[in-house]
Amino acid sequence: MAKRIDVKDLNIYYGKFHAVENVTLSVPPRSVTAFIGPSGCGKSTVLRSLNRMHEVIPGARVDGSVLLDGADIYGAGVDPVEVRRTIGMVFQRPNPFPTMSIRDNVVAGLRLAGTKNRQQLDEVCERSLRGANLWEEVKDRLNKPGGGLSGGQQQRLCIARAIAVQPDVLLMDEPCSALDPISTLAIEDLITELKQDFTIVIVTHNMQQAARVSDQTAFFNLHGVGQPGRLVEIDETSRIFSNPSQRATEDYISGRFG
Amino acid sequence: MSTELELERPAQPPSFQGISTGRKAKNLAATVMVSLCFVVAVIPLVWVLWTVASRGMESLLRADWWSHSLSGVRANEDLGGAYHAIYGTIAQGLVTAVIAVPIGILVGIYLVEYGAGTRFARVTTFTVDILTGVPSIVAALFVYSVWISIFGFSRSAFANCLALLLLMIPMVVRSTEEMLRVVPNELREASYALGIPKWKTIVKVVIPTALSGIVTGVMLGVARIMGETAPALILMAYSARINMDIFEGSMANLPLLMVKEFTNPEAAGFNRTWGAALTLILIIMLFNLAATLVSRLSAVKTK
Amino acid sequence: MFRGLALGSGGFVVALIAAIGIFLLLQALPSLQANQVSFLTSGEWTTGDPNDMRFGILYLLWVTVATAAFALVLAMPVALGIALFLTQYAPRALARVFAYIIDLLAAVPSIIFGLWGLQVLGPALVPTAEWLNTNLGWFPLFSDGNVSIRGGGTIFTAGIVLAVMILPIITAITREIFERTPKDQIEGALALGATRWEVIRTTVLPFGRAGYVSGSMLGLGRALGETVALYLILSGASGRAPELSLFDGDATIASKIANDAAEFNNEISAGAYIAAGLVLFVLTFVVNALARWITTSRTGK
Repeated sequence: MAKRIDVKDLNIYYGKFHAVENVTLSVPPRSVTAFIGPSGCGKSTVLRSLNRMHEVIPGARVDGSVLLDGADIYGAGVDPVEVRRTIGMVFQRPNPFPTMSIRDNVVAGLRLAGTKNRQQLDEVCERSLRGANLWEEVKDRLNKPGGGLSGGQQQRLCIARAIAVQPDVLLMDEPCSALDPISTLAIEDLITELKQDFTIVIVTHNMQQAARVSDQTAFFNLHGVGQPGRLVEIDETSRIFSNPSQRATEDYISGRFG
Repeated sequence: MSTELELERPAQPPSFQGISTGRKAKNLAATVMVSLCFVVAVIPLVWVLWTVASRGMESLLRADWWSHSLSGVRANEDLGGAYHAIYGTIAQGLVTAVIAVPIGILVGIYLVEYGAGTRFARVTTFTVDILTGVPSIVAALFVYSVWISIFGFSRSAFANCLALLLLMIPMVVRSTEEMLRVVPNELREASYALGIPKWKTIVKVVIPTALSGIVTGVMLGVARIMGETAPALILMAYSARINMDIFEGSMANLPLLMVKEFTNPEAAGFNRTWGAALTLILIIMLFNLAATLVSRLSAVKTK
Repeated sequence: MFRGLALGSGGFVVALIAAIGIFLLLQALPSLQANQVSFLTSGEWTTGDPNDMRFGILYLLWVTVATAAFALVLAMPVALGIALFLTQYAPRALARVFAYIIDLLAAVPSIIFGLWGLQVLGPALVPTAEWLNTNLGWFPLFSDGNVSIRGGGTIFTAGIVLAVMILPIITAITREIFERTPKDQIEGALALGATRWEVIRTTVLPFGRAGYVSGSMLGLGRALGETVALYLILSGASGRAPELSLFDGDATIASKIANDAAEFNNEISAGAYIAAGLVLFVLTFVVNALARWITTSRTGK
């Protein structure tokens, strides 16, 4: 299931604005890669370009290639819908569909894909909710609206929704920034469990979080306002946090940034 | 699980979980349908505008059209013009606006600045909503039953204005309300902090900030009511002569001229009807354009 | 002082609505008392002689409701499509221009739509109408009506013109609500691998449904009260009872009042029309109040 990602010479533009410059990195399967860096450095943009979500913004385009187990997601004839079906995403703010029940939220992706078998849907629902460590908390109220859950529960519901379609890769865009510390801890535990089955890329502002959950860390930076963001270095997390090869990384990690 | 195998396997193009043709077809069908809906709406618009322009142009090209009335012109003569009706339409629109604007603005101010959140404000908002939906013919009957039946006034252009007033007030209230809500609270607080009383803050700070938006709303409102016909049918008597007095005697306006002339079987009647239609559209467009200009120009100024 | 003025204006508006209902009722009552037939269940309309008033709202009500309902049935799906097109499909640079084009429809005065319906669209629709009548005449709505199909002055023509007229109203409100669909919802659906249409079905439509319904109700209110377009299109008194077909003609409440405005020479005769106007007022009041109630009960949550 889990697949590797190889990004080669990726440049991202919004209209004339060159947002990200020359990113090359690899994400091995069944691992957690964290993207860190100051605001505006392009880390979220790179993340969103990994499943072509950045295309939601008009004028966005990319140069370079993003290979999923060798297949270019920007290749000719590749439908972004197929890419997103294969590479799931969890967002900064929990976004369950407000008109749907908890169960319907979890199986929304499968329903779209045309699965109608109720038993199968129920099975996937339970498996995904268990996978997201949410089953015990919501099993008695699967038919209640998803909006009624707490913020942390909603985020885990969104993770359940994302893993229900069994994607190859899971992208997470600051999944804990809207949550309290206890919910954050629950999500971090979950991420560690999920990496048994999925390739995970996570953007985070929280360096302790990157240090706790990730196997490798990529540090992004930008030279100045209006300049494109770039990848400074990517290495094993322990090395980035103890002995980075770049001065800028060390400054950022130790809070001497700027 | 065959991870090793998958890793070593050479990349194959269908690496992504494809979406079924059924879903693709549905998506395509939806795109086509939705675009068709837009086309379906454009057809009557173009058709109507083309009809009006091609049929009305002839009248508009005669110089008399803009400077003469139809007084003394026989039904089959392509003479005279619509000056009396143009004057009527504009005069009635302006008189209505002059009365409706202060009332509408005051109601808007009450709703945003004073009443916000109170029960009476909610009732007022609801009433304004309902007033927006009152059919023009009902407004006309109301003015008829009060102004003409009970007070005993005769039919006049002013009675028409009273009915148009009912239609215009809610439009002014709406645009005032909307614009006042956009005015940032910091502005108000800055003014209070200087010890300026509330009413003065509203008059000197809030209203000027919102003014361009309100003016735009008023112009769009005037454009709307100038095309209203139903009240004129009930509350006015048509006159082919120029009458400058809103309060006395018969008077024309463009819609009424159209209603009078569309039954005229002569070619001249056809020309007058569609000429009036084109003139009406041009005047309305002029007001709409002015409204857009006002909002554009002042929008630049605030930046 | 200023506060009083503003409050007074608010009160004035509230009083106005009450006054409309009360004064119409006051003016209608003497005529209703003089009425020889039942106002609500009769379709007769002879009001010339104050001593022999016979008037009932029934036929007018049928034409009014049928025209408005037919217009709504035609306009609702198209308006939904346009709103989706403008908010979800059209390229952003063009969406504003396209929206402006639709708004232009609302700027055209109803008398011009009426004239167009009477002289241009009506005649153009006659072959379609005749075909429907000949081939689908077994279906009650397409059976023979009480006026000539060839004349074009039918509910069928009027409904189509009305549909065009209410299209921009429904579209404007629906579009506004669709635009406010939370972006994170849309992205959530996209990230699940939803096609554009599926994004709309899972996020935009559930979010905007109440606004769409309420916009449609406002359109219905507008259609019920539309006067002059129908005054021009509908063929006036046929003298025959309606056949409950789309090819009925005669008049709506509003167009009847406009048609006979010249008859308002004594208070009893005028009162009959005012009574009809009161029915129209109540009808539009209910429809509009319902529309507002849908919006507020939805946003209240």
